[in-house]
Amino acid sequence: MTRPVLDVRDLKKIYGQGEATVHALRGVSVTVDRGDYVAIMGSSGSGKSTLMNILGALDIPTSGTYLLDGVDVSRLGDRQLAMARNRLIGFIFQSFNLIPRTSAVANVELPLAYAGVKPKERRKRAMAALDVVGLADRARHEPNQLSGGQQQRVAVARALVTEPALLLADEPTGNLDSRSTDDVLNVFDQLSSSGRTIVLITHEPEVGDRAKRLIRLVDGNIVTDQRQSPINQPPVGAFAGRHSL
Amino acid sequence: MSFYEVVRFALRGLSANKLRSALTMLGILIGVAAVILLVAVGNGSAKAISDRIEALGTNTITVMSTGRGGSSSTALTKDMADALVDPVLAPDVKSVSPVVSSSATVTYEGTDHDVSSFVGTTPGWFTASNTPVGQGAGFTADDEAQGRRVVVIGQTVAEELFPGVDPIDKQVTVGGALFTVVGVLDEKSSTGFQDANDTAVAPLTAVRQVLTGYGSLNSILVEAADPDKVDAVQSEVSTILDQKLNVTGTTTPYRIQNASQLLATQTETADTFTTLLGAVAAISLLVGGIGITNIMLVTVTERTREIGIRKALGAPRRVILTQFLIEATLLSVIGGALGVAAALIGSSFEIVGVKPVIVPSSVGLALGVSIAIGLFFGGLPASRAARLRPIDALRYE
Repeated sequence: MTRPVLDVRDLKKIYGQGEATVHALRGVSVTVDRGDYVAIMGSSGSGKSTLMNILGALDIPTSGTYLLDGVDVSRLGDRQLAMARNRLIGFIFQSFNLIPRTSAVANVELPLAYAGVKPKERRKRAMAALDVVGLADRARHEPNQLSGGQQQRVAVARALVTEPALLLADEPTGNLDSRSTDDVLNVFDQLSSSGRTIVLITHEPEVGDRAKRLIRLVDGNIVTDQRQSPINQPPVGAFAGRHSL
Repeated sequence: MSFYEVVRFALRGLSANKLRSALTMLGILIGVAAVILLVAVGNGSAKAISDRIEALGTNTITVMSTGRGGSSSTALTKDMADALVDPVLAPDVKSVSPVVSSSATVTYEGTDHDVSSFVGTTPGWFTASNTPVGQGAGFTADDEAQGRRVVVIGQTVAEELFPGVDPIDKQVTVGGALFTVVGVLDEKSSTGFQDANDTAVAPLTAVRQVLTGYGSLNSILVEAADPDKVDAVQSEVSTILDQKLNVTGTTTPYRIQNASQLLATQTETADTFTTLLGAVAAISLLVGGIGITNIMLVTVTERTREIGIRKALGAPRRVILTQFLIEATLLSVIGGALGVAAALIGSSFEIVGVKPVIVPSSVGLALGVSIAIGLFFGGLPASRAARLRPIDALRYE
């Protein structure tokens, strides 16, 4: 087995000082191997969003180590951190976070542009990524011309276009109706089947059920960590999801 | 990521928000144009004032009688004028022109025109009073001595009496006598409300004979040999006149008007005026600058979230900063250039009766200050946002 994609040890995050101190994470340790599909569940305030932001290198932990693909993220400078976000991580937000008034394909191209890919190659790869999420025919549309589900699929395309080691999704279905949720989850199942490493957080059980591994977070601690299906096979949740329709 | 790519990003950023970009540019445009135009109007009016005074001639003094009525003891006479031409007592005098004037009706082939100032004088008056003859010629000393009835008319008179006809050598009737037109004066800028072109100039002897009679002179125009000698000429003239008029006290029966004194006073006034307008321009530059500051801060702060997204996608701080600096530069430079263009167009029109004259340094100053402000206040919030942790930039509302 190669080194894990994600190796987090004793991660703590403390907000505020004195009386107002909030322990968002109280020492989380978790390892995610290549090809895994992990759902982190927890109620509001359990620290799952904080964990996600630290994993996405958007925020820094108060203490603990975080190795991403074998690289210690806390030791990286601004430039290297930017490069890590660009090459190693594909981040999908709850609120999509597409650049407004910019076409879908231009949004998907953005990480490639920051990676220094040539315009022609960029366009080709962006269109391929949009094709994966089934939106190649909407490439020219601007975000406000797309439905929520479509916007989130554009965001997924943007996250996977750089072929990152890790896809992180922060409540990707939180703002979507059940139909759009299903569209987005099918994309995740498909990506997982093709061997991508995915970590998502959610509070919806039907989303968590489709992952290969389910971690429950309560008050900044991991309380359960259970494997739902083998790491080297397509996620069983995919078929369960389809049957239930 | 190449610089060229960043420029393309900046252009896309500007075109994605056309209305906001246009409004930002409008703000800068107004700031720049206002400053340039204000200074130009101030400069234009100062220039207009000094032009009018220079038109009077700067190296002359005018002697006028203060006596009311025809009291012979205080009147200026031809004798006195002749006495001023004295190389011993008045070495700095270049020429002396006795002047009589009255209004007169000039008739040509049944067309009447009332000339408000029909001047009788000597040939030296043309140069002394800075009134060159444009077409034809002035009269000569011989004409003056012989009392020939020749006349040089002003532009207004020429237009009124000879529309579309060459007035030279035509005969006009003035006060029952025939005068031959020998020349037309150059167009002159008007002082005050009187039309300076509504005039006719004829030899002193002829005018006295026909119109005014042999009474006193209206004034004596004395030209100094050098503009610096005007004050010396003034004292020489008063010495001679005091002798002639037996003046003993401090009140003289004549008054000397010194054009260079007038010019000095007026220049001082114009300078004060320019200072005032400079202050107004400085304030409008400040206000314009605050406007630019405001719109730049809002524009960039509003995009903090976008900066967060870009950082999360792996944009290095330098690339974000460069993009926003290029956007700010483009906005300020294009807005500033349009402002200069607007000011240049605006300055070709008369504004409340003043023809604005652009001061080049005001263009540079207005443009420089607005671009500097635009860059600073566009760059500052962008660099602040680029330094934020992505999560903080994303949460920014």
